[in-house]
Amino acid sequence: MIKKKSMGRLICYIPLIGFAIMALVPFLYMLATAMTPKAYSMPYPPILFPEELYFDNFLDAWKANHFSRYFLNSLMVSAVATVLILFVSSAGAYAFSRMTFPGRDVLFYLYLFSMMVPTTTNLIPQFLMMRNLHLVDTYVGLLLIYIGIGVPSNTFFLRNFFLNLPKELEEAVMIDGGNRWHIYTRIILPLSRPALGTFAILAFSNVWDEFLIALTMIKTPDKRTLPIALRLFQGQHRNDWGLIFAASLIAVVPVLIIYIVMQKKLIRGGTMSGMLKE
Amino acid sequence: MLRKSLGSRIRVGFVQWIHAFPFIVGGLLLMSVFVLYPLFRNVYISFTEYDVINNQTVQVVGFENYARCFQDPKYHIAFRNTLMYTLITVPGQMFFGLVLACLINAINKGKTLFRIICYLPVITSWVVVSLIFKYLFMSGKAGFVNYTLMQLGVLDKPVAWLQNEWTANIVLWLFGIWKGVGWVMVIYLAALQNIPSSVYEASEIDGAGPIRRFFSITIPMVKNTTNYLLVVLTIGGFGAYIHVMMITEGAPLGTTNQLINYMYNSAFSVYDFGYAAAQAVVIGLIVFVLTLVQRRVSRDQKN
Repeated sequence: MIKKKSMGRLICYIPLIGFAIMALVPFLYMLATAMTPKAYSMPYPPILFPEELYFDNFLDAWKANHFSRYFLNSLMVSAVATVLILFVSSAGAYAFSRMTFPGRDVLFYLYLFSMMVPTTTNLIPQFLMMRNLHLVDTYVGLLLIYIGIGVPSNTFFLRNFFLNLPKELEEAVMIDGGNRWHIYTRIILPLSRPALGTFAILAFSNVWDEFLIALTMIKTPDKRTLPIALRLFQGQHRNDWGLIFAASLIAVVPVLIIYIVMQKKLIRGGTMSGMLKE
Repeated sequence: MLRKSLGSRIRVGFVQWIHAFPFIVGGLLLMSVFVLYPLFRNVYISFTEYDVINNQTVQVVGFENYARCFQDPKYHIAFRNTLMYTLITVPGQMFFGLVLACLINAINKGKTLFRIICYLPVITSWVVVSLIFKYLFMSGKAGFVNYTLMQLGVLDKPVAWLQNEWTANIVLWLFGIWKGVGWVMVIYLAALQNIPSSVYEASEIDGAGPIRRFFSITIPMVKNTTNYLLVVLTIGGFGAYIHVMMITEGAPLGTTNQLINYMYNSAFSVYDFGYAAAQAVVIGLIVFVLTLVQRRVSRDQKN
């Protein structure tokens, strides 16, 4: 019986390895192509394993093709958006989880409703609005939209988290004469550091990968973020796939590293807020 | 409880608002200005003919933009493609995701490793993964998929995958399945871990084999998760666009467009904002109804 069971387990590995190969081969192919000199004409047979350690494509993409610049743009936009999304959302979530005020539940339904609005649906009016405010092609305009979109769902999830925090500490602060601001900054925020961390990473990677809004709003080449820089880069260097994939890897690696390091927490976070991902 | 007078209730409410206001004002303002107001503005634009250059409404045209959705053959193709993409990638992702979850659940060593590997496509940017797929399915004998299939003897000459309507759509479907399986696997894995092992042991004693157990225990036990995934993935299918923009750009001749691409092109290539806004409303309504269904489903699950 036991023997039969372990045989069954061994058989499971065969299809699993098949799945793993299917998942990995495209990445391997990308890496190998990025490490191949002058892949203008596609090598025949295709190269799946790098033949030498050739990094000129990366240098080329990073320096000559301004990907260092796009990388910093993306880093800056994502970092600012993440901090502001979490600040605004946690403050709102605190009020929704700890205070009573007339109309609270109606307002909260408004947040729920906003979560359901697909971002693609609002693209046209957002663009027109930014044009009227003269914020097209500025990071302020881009960030305002990112924050506006990020706030409802993050407020919702953080409120759920805050509701489960113990209230005793807050009462102690109240007795000592602390006000709500003290409670929020000295108790709620420190206690929710793990949740804030998870949501920060999810928000960061969402903004890091955001494509359509940036494509619509940003016009100046120097201001491009990585996803749109990649798209336009591919348009210009149609056949230089070594360079294209070197640039792609520059865009992908930070997110991959964060996920692999934090995978346990994040995969759970992904289960909880799968809707946040496109 | 004593009923307080209306005056004192208003006063209390006002004080409560003064306390809560600093905490909620930021979020409320951002959400209203950048999500809620655009939503209403979009509905309004959809009933008008909009002059993008001079930034003004030319005239209110009523439902004309919506009527155009019904008459426009290109829109029909985009609708058909979105529907087919959803009908194929949703069951595809769910089937492979469930199989994968069962396999990972059954093994002892390497669970985390396989989980990370299969989750890689999920976390990698859509833009980058689309570029990889475009390269994998390059025409000519040096394209990776062509090369592999020719070596295996499945094809005898290279296929121009992205130049033909149906082969290009197949590439988009494969992309959708490949990108999403890892996420479905993680969700199913969580559900599988909630099935008490006693259920399986009991059926094993009754002599049920692994396949029988899969159909008579696993599938019924993860039914709620299946319902949840069905709705969430369908919403995802209707909202997908990056892969089309990156891999085919609708080519050949718009036959691989999906709803959001077509909307985007109507707005920002043709500058037909009124028509695009109407398309956006249609997509928004579909997604909204699906989301309501999903909330219903997850509420039923909790009860």
